[in-house]
Order: sequence, then structure tokens, then C-alpha cells
Amino acid sequence: MIGFNFDYHRPGTPEEALSCFRESTGQGLQTVFYSGGTEFLTHARTGEISAGAVIDIKDIPECRELQWDGEILMIGAALTLNELAGSGEYPLLALAAKGVADHTSRNKITIGGNVNSRLPYREALLPLLLADAAAKVAGPEGERTLPLSELVGQGGRLPSGELLLQILVSRRAVERPHFFRKKTRMTKVGYPLVSLAADREGSRISGAFSGLCGQPFRLAQVDEVLSDKSLTPEAQAAEIRSLLPTAVTADQYASAEYRLFVLGRMLHELAEEWEECR
Amino acid sequence: MNRSIRQSKTVYRLNVNGETKEAMGRPADLLLDTLRTGLGLTGAKKACKNGDCGACTVIVGGDAVHACLMLTAEAEGKPVRTIEGLADSPVQRAFVDHWAIQCGFCTPGFIVKGHSLLEHHPDADDETVEEWLQSNLCRCTGYAEIKDAIQAAKKGFAD
Repeated sequence: MIGFNFDYHRPGTPEEALSCFRESTGQGLQTVFYSGGTEFLTHARTGEISAGAVIDIKDIPECRELQWDGEILMIGAALTLNELAGSGEYPLLALAAKGVADHTSRNKITIGGNVNSRLPYREALLPLLLADAAAKVAGPEGERTLPLSELVGQGGRLPSGELLLQILVSRRAVERPHFFRKKTRMTKVGYPLVSLAADREGSRISGAFSGLCGQPFRLAQVDEVLSDKSLTPEAQAAEIRSLLPTAVTADQYASAEYRLFVLGRMLHELAEEWEECR
Repeated sequence: MNRSIRQSKTVYRLNVNGETKEAMGRPADLLLDTLRTGLGLTGAKKACKNGDCGACTVIVGGDAVHACLMLTAEAEGKPVRTIEGLADSPVQRAFVDHWAIQCGFCTPGFIVKGHSLLEHHPDADDETVEEWLQSNLCRCTGYAEIKDAIQAAKKGFAD
């Protein structure tokens, strides 16, 4: 049971959603956009967050689209992770999506919710960082498109009052050879000790990581290390360690040293899989 | 605007197991509470309340979801299927035939998830069964019998 009340709105267009937001905030209600809602409901039940109004975006057609517009794949923010995993449109995103939570939860968790999550993992974000994806956002100033990493990269979150409509990815990025590994402490369902998504364009390898540090990240310097054929996986792991944006996570799931060991094993697997380009 | 519910109570009209049912509730009410308290359908179990255990699994709009992580308002306009709607279904019969039950608390969730699995993948391979069943926990650890029951129920679905 959720111990507080809120208004519930289910608008049919972005304009209606923004109008609801203005009206609710104008009444002094703390207002949130709601997609899958799993994280909101979990924290609302425990009283960690509250809201006076909830705007459910799942009836906005734009937020439910998955289609190509020429060379751009438009991914609606309210598509569930299972819908993306099952569509076959974006294989690396499908792999990353299937690594999040469990199958039943993935029928509810949406891509917009995952990339904007308060949790530090956000594994569905990894392929999108590699793809230099763009975000189509509706807000008080109208619609705008900007790099997704500017919004939710490096621990960022969508500003209050802005609605993520779609994520835009180029065909070139979608079709690159790719690699995805997720290692958990014990079972397949669980938070990652380390998740690595990588893709390749010619001999250039890019990687994005989750679990290793406090937030998912992709760094140009790390891409340089991953692409350096003269380095062994052990040397790459050592180089990457020196480039990490924050300290390696140490928690109840694994020590920092063990996470680095897991990273080294993943880099071995990556080197084996893409041996031909080394 | 498709739907707006203010903080006062409202009457939800839900399509549950093929019947239209009405229940009074708040916008903040969870589907699990409405099913159990508002409609008396206590088959979906309240356990972790956090989407971790799968004991509250129901099928909404054709997909298995945790009823503890869904607002009742979200289920309006979509068919809801609970364990009560799966009486004498192939999966339920297979659970009985294969003794896929120990204490029984997790059983409704497993049967609903298994039914949804076979609706989507009537010929599910072992890997798919494994992936789908990872959503549900059995503290009695009767997983082997549960997987056997799901595999056996495939024939019932085919028939």
C-alpha cells in the first residue's frame, strides 16, 4: 500500500502531459512523469519519495513508437525492456535490456525509466552511450533534441518538468558488431558487478560500463585503450583502472578488487571474441 | 485527455477473468490490493511487495506483471487474468500431476507465469523456460518439479 494520495493523469499527447504538469505544479503538487513506474512504486511504498500528481505517459503514441525514420531508429521512451528485447531492431540494446532485472519486471520497466533511474546501474543506457544517441524531449520551451549523454550521462537525470519522448539512434550505430557481458555475484538476476557493452567500427572499439563505478560511463580515453592492439587484456585493465571517473565500487556484492578482477576477465572475453581485429 | 483521477476515491471498472468488476479505490492503490481486498481475489499473494518474488504475478493486457508494482488505474481497459481464471488450465493440472507444489504459497505466481510463457512460446525451449521462471521464487526450492510441470503442460497447450 502506498501511504499517500496523488492525482493520476493519463494524457494522450505530449501537449496534454505538459499542460497537466503545469496545472498540477501550479496547484502546489509535486508532480512526476510516470512510465513503467516500478521504481516510483517501490520507493513510494517505503515512503522514500512522494508525489501529489502522477502523469502516466504510456498512452502518448510518440512514447510507444519503435520505427525507422530513414537512417534513424526512433525508440519511444515508454517501450518496455521486453518489447525492445523482442523486437530485433537493435540487437545490442536487446542484450543489455535482457540483463536488467527479471522477465516479469521487464514487462513493466521502460527504456525511459531505466536510463533515468535513480539506481546506479542503468544498463540499458550502455548501448545508447556507445551509439551517441540523441534524446527528443518536450518541456516548457517546446520540443528539443540533444545528446542523451548530456541529460543522463555521468549520473545526470532529466530535469523536472521535461518529458523524454524518444531516444534516437543512427542505423550505423545499431548495425555495428557488438559485445555484451554482465557478471553478477551469484544468480543471473541481480545487479551487475560489472556490465560491459562494446561495439566496433573497423579496428576502433568503444566500451561503456556499469557496476564498476557509481554510475554508468563511457570515456573516450577508455575507448583508446580498448582499441590499442599492442596492449594485452591485463594491460588494458590496468590502464582503464587509472582512467576511471570515480573510485571502483565496493559494496555488499563485491570488493573493488574483485570487480577489477571481473573486468579483467571480461576484457579477455572481448579480446577472444574480436581476436581477428587485434 | 484520456483519463484523470483526482485524489478522492473513484470506482474502477476492471475486466478480470473475462468479467467486468467494479471496485472502489484511490489513484494510489496498487492492483494487488484492489484484487485482494476490493474484489476478494486472494490467489495473487502479497509477499515481498517489491517485485522480487513473483508471488503476486497476474497477466495484464497479455503480459505477466507483478500486481504489487502496478497501479490499479494502469489496468483499466486491459484484460486482467489471475490464478482464479486459470482453474483447471493445462499448467495448473501439470503442477498437480508433477507434484510441483510444496508449501504452495508461490504456486499461483508460478502457474500464472507458466501460463503466460506458454501463451507466448507454446514450444518454449529449456533456456526460455529458465529465463521466464527466474522471475519467481520458491522458498521450498521445488524448481525441478516446477520446470518439469511447465514442460509437461506444453502438450496440454498444443492440444
